[in-house]
Amino acid sequence: MATKRIGPQTVRFDRPPVIIGAAAVAGPEEAQGPLGHEFDQTYPDLTIGLSSFEKAERQMMIDACRLALRRAGITEKPPAVDYFLAGDLLNQLITASFSGLEIGVPMYGLYGACSTFSEALAIGAKLIDGGFADRVLCAVSSHVGSAERQYRYPTEYGSQKKPYAQHTVTGAGAVVLAASGTGPRITYCTTGKVVDYGVADPFNQGAAMAPAAVDTIEAHLRETGRSVEDYDLIVTGDLASFGYEMAVKLAADRNLRLAKNYRDCGVMVYDLSRQNVNAGGSGCASSAIVTCGHLLKEMARGRLRRLLVVATGALFSPTSFQQGENIPTIAHAVAVEA
Amino acid sequence: MTIREGTSQTTQQSLYRRMVLKAEPGPPRLRNAVMAFVSGGLVCMVGEGITDFWERVLRISHKQAADPTVATLIFLASLLTGLGYFDKLARYAGAGLAVPVTGFANAMTASAMEFKREGLIFGIGGRMFQLAGAVIVYGVVTAFLVGIITGIVRLVR
Repeated sequence: MATKRIGPQTVRFDRPPVIIGAAAVAGPEEAQGPLGHEFDQTYPDLTIGLSSFEKAERQMMIDACRLALRRAGITEKPPAVDYFLAGDLLNQLITASFSGLEIGVPMYGLYGACSTFSEALAIGAKLIDGGFADRVLCAVSSHVGSAERQYRYPTEYGSQKKPYAQHTVTGAGAVVLAASGTGPRITYCTTGKVVDYGVADPFNQGAAMAPAAVDTIEAHLRETGRSVEDYDLIVTGDLASFGYEMAVKLAADRNLRLAKNYRDCGVMVYDLSRQNVNAGGSGCASSAIVTCGHLLKEMARGRLRRLLVVATGALFSPTSFQQGENIPTIAHAVAVEA
Repeated sequence: MTIREGTSQTTQQSLYRRMVLKAEPGPPRLRNAVMAFVSGGLVCMVGEGITDFWERVLRISHKQAADPTVATLIFLASLLTGLGYFDKLARYAGAGLAVPVTGFANAMTASAMEFKREGLIFGIGGRMFQLAGAVIVYGVVTAFLVGIITGIVRLVR
């Protein structure tokens, strides 16, 4: 009998796992954004002195892990964690797997596109509350150079982007979860279902993902009996400005008032008026660096007590959209409480 | 209009798609057109200048000077791509830089640069035409069709 399940999509943790350490590292454009001063480490250029974007992304994930482990007081090598859960956007998860080689602990590679951050937190929390692990290291990354070349055009190709297009966030976030310790706790997680609302434009991922976010938020609130106001802040991962607008509209249709305590990490990470990023950020790192770099620190400062992180993922590949398929999307919610 | 649970997936999809299309911010068409007109005109002006230059330096006819002019424009566009300026210019210039031979040069050079890390064979060799390949294929097909039509018209006359 699954006693921790409180609804078709939501589980409640009996002994809520604790976030004992977190870190965010970010690329040059993110460093110049409004949250630039919050990141634990920033890099002056996209390749960070390495020979490819892929190697740079991997180094960023390893750096984020190292910093998060240090925050958690874990200094051994290999680190004293039971599992490493990691994911990224590149084909065959090369960033996560090559980082796993470096970290050197039992690993599961995860793919949920840009929703991987909350996917990793949810699975990590389940491993701990289920009694399968005492400490879990979760990490995700994305990189504008490596993502562009895989999903879109070569970096130096000149084209005009649509105003609702998004800019992949460069960086990585890592979290150390533990069965006990001090720090904010993961109390609930709501697993999203894959939805398809008919958007097929790969440049309009925000609009494609908005219904997934609203579905998951609605399911979370229904199954936990909570309301939007019970949270100090609800953040979606990377809907960016247009997707945010669509999410607010869709939610209003379902009598959910997402207003002043609802924000989107893709909008928060850049200064949209000054930086050339169109509608805002996307990528696994969007939710990860905003949560690890900014929101968890706000919790430590006492400015936030209850946070719902809803990372959103567009589950398409260049092959699927070139063959004319719609973009299926997903969103997972994780409740973090001080 | 509301999208509720329970409505069929296709209705939900078409309702949402309509909602997105209605709210979607369109590209600044007028500004893009003006920028393309001005920048495309500038590229052509520079091209004319280069043609005159080769005509004088090489002492060839205006028509013969067209070939070295195209080569020069390709060189300049590739150089700007390599130095990292082309994509920044193209963001504003749009079609003004994409339609002339400069756009073709950028598509080739950008791909070659991007994939050089995958090596000379599978990287540069295999993927240099990733974007430009379509232009070549359909350019040749169009030229072939136009050639046939011209031939037939001439025969009939």
